[in-house]
Amino acid sequence: MPLRTFVVAIIILAFVANTGGQDLTQATPLIMVSREGRRPIPTMVQGGREVVALDDVAGLFRVTVKEDTLAGGVTVSYRGRTIVASANRPMASVEGRVVSLPSPVIRVGNRWLVPIEFLSVALASIYDQRIELRRASRLVVVGDVRLPRVTTNIDFAGPPTRASIEISPAAAVTVNTEPGRMLVRVDADALDFPSATGGGLVQLIRQGEQPNQLVVTLADAAGAPRATVTTANNVARILIEVPAAVAAEPATPNPDPRAPTPEPRAPEPDPRASIIATRAWQTIVIDPGHGGDDVGVRGAKGIEEKQLTLDIARRLRGMIENRLGLRVILTREDDRTLGLDDRAAVANNGKANLLISLHVNGSRVPEQSGAEIFHLQLDRESAEVVRVATAEGASLPTLGGGVRRLDLIPWDLAQARHLDESSVLASVLQEELRRQVPMSTHPVREAPMRLLAAANMPAALVEVAYLTNPQQEARLNTDDFKTTVAQAVFSAIVRFRAWSEESQTP
Amino acid sequence: MSLRVWWLAFVGGLAVLVLIAISIARMYAPPRTAPEEAPVASAPTTPKETAHITATLFFGAPDGQSLAPMRRDVPLADSVVEQGRQIVTAQLTEIPPAPYVSVIPAGTMLRAFYVTDRGDAFVDLSSDVVKGHPGGSLNELLTVYAIVNAVSANLPVAKRVQILVDGKEADTIAGHVDLRRPLTRNDSLVRETDEK
Repeated sequence: MPLRTFVVAIIILAFVANTGGQDLTQATPLIMVSREGRRPIPTMVQGGREVVALDDVAGLFRVTVKEDTLAGGVTVSYRGRTIVASANRPMASVEGRVVSLPSPVIRVGNRWLVPIEFLSVALASIYDQRIELRRASRLVVVGDVRLPRVTTNIDFAGPPTRASIEISPAAAVTVNTEPGRMLVRVDADALDFPSATGGGLVQLIRQGEQPNQLVVTLADAAGAPRATVTTANNVARILIEVPAAVAAEPATPNPDPRAPTPEPRAPEPDPRASIIATRAWQTIVIDPGHGGDDVGVRGAKGIEEKQLTLDIARRLRGMIENRLGLRVILTREDDRTLGLDDRAAVANNGKANLLISLHVNGSRVPEQSGAEIFHLQLDRESAEVVRVATAEGASLPTLGGGVRRLDLIPWDLAQARHLDESSVLASVLQEELRRQVPMSTHPVREAPMRLLAAANMPAALVEVAYLTNPQQEARLNTDDFKTTVAQAVFSAIVRFRAWSEESQTP
Repeated sequence: MSLRVWWLAFVGGLAVLVLIAISIARMYAPPRTAPEEAPVASAPTTPKETAHITATLFFGAPDGQSLAPMRRDVPLADSVVEQGRQIVTAQLTEIPPAPYVSVIPAGTMLRAFYVTDRGDAFVDLSSDVVKGHPGGSLNELLTVYAIVNAVSANLPVAKRVQILVDGKEADTIAGHVDLRRPLTRNDSLVRETDEK
């Protein structure tokens, strides 16, 4: 009897050790979003990799899973199409074509576990609907579901606090203001909204009770908020401005006491748009930062910012000229000192449709790394100068009896006309760079940048990496990295040009 | 008679010794005021205690991305402008405890400080701020706004701050941030810290 107990114990221990060796832990489930609604997909973590069980996949996607014990593999079929995978191999054969997986397919007990990327890499190829894995927001989008990505940012803590919500791809948006909060309803099935944010007088921007709703909770000290929605084919942007309660009331006297809190305003059509629209893109100006006596940041190994920016700019020029057929002007062709006004003048005189200034960053903290994009922030006084100039613009009589309006904006604040476009440019640059290179923790910033202020076209400054970070310095001087950065900026230019031409079509 | 004289001389000498001992003890005793405060950096030849105000200065946070506000004692001045000078000088020279860093290039001196009736403060810095700057857009933003915020956070009269270099208007410090106009305080770069 004691011997039998001992043997049974040994067997149980061996079994536990065998299964325990796989070291599986439960993870937060992925959420499958389809026309039928939202359903959780259970996942587990094995050796640092997230996996999903094929029997769960079978139930959720209505596919057939069959084990081939003789071959040590498993077959997943859907409407006559098959995927074959073998145990402990990081690949699968999809309809005879081999696709690689980030980790091996494994068998634990009676269950077959595949990396979660299996859904988008393998299963999507045999499925009759789109399957998209969005890792950041832990969503699996199935079929024709309108699930735009929502990114939120506190652009300026203020007061007034300025926040922006971007919805991509664009969808119709309605904003309702209630005491203490704003409700943003997006014309979509659900929202891909990874994380809540807040700052300044905006306490929190979070997902609402409805799947297509966002709630902007305002701080107690907040005054009447104002929202402006600009919608283009690619991105819908809601700009929210929240003044402080005390300052807001005397500043915006409301003549009609029955009038409710200011309703969100639709953007007024810009009369200049129709003039610009007829002009297709012809010229892009690339500004390699620094040069000559001004070396910019110098890395520990002696690599200088001015050399890197010129090198990347030349690569970018080659891509644009060869693939888009546009004229590209570099503000400097060689290693020379050039003032910021001279650089802006090259872009303005060349009637460029876009200015991108390339830089390499430096920090007193060596660990700091990643790309950052800057677009112009006007200080209060400059914004006021522009507002007055625009409101009081002069009128000139024209032939035929008409009147032509002139906006007398100071030349060194020319960027004031392009702030919104430049902000879209910055976010497109951020998205494209993110696909290719590491990004800083705060990748898009609004700041009073000297060069950008004088640019009379959409403009942004890109800091591609940190030369003061030893790992990034080593990488920055490789052909591979410089071409990758140029490629990412090129992709952003292609996207921004499409957006710009579409949004300016009358 | 002579015994009495000797006795008086003995008592008198003893009294003198006691007085000397007391005065020596007083010389080496800690000052009575503020016994728990950190020693104030003042010249030993000025026994009169200097009055202070507590000002908020701004240093580079360990993340390299933001400014960390810290409270520091700054000598009390007779006028607003003189107080501004003291605050900017402290901002330029104060070294924060690690891992915080100063965002002002070493050796930068304050040449002049004045405030107009409109509330524009002018901070005239020596050209060391340009020569010693390591570069980088964010780095430059941190340098500029450490100074702008230090002035506007501590001097309510200063609504905006313009940085001059060597007595003249400057375009930028390191080729990025526009210094041609007075700047207002920027709180979006500031992250609160537990550090005092």
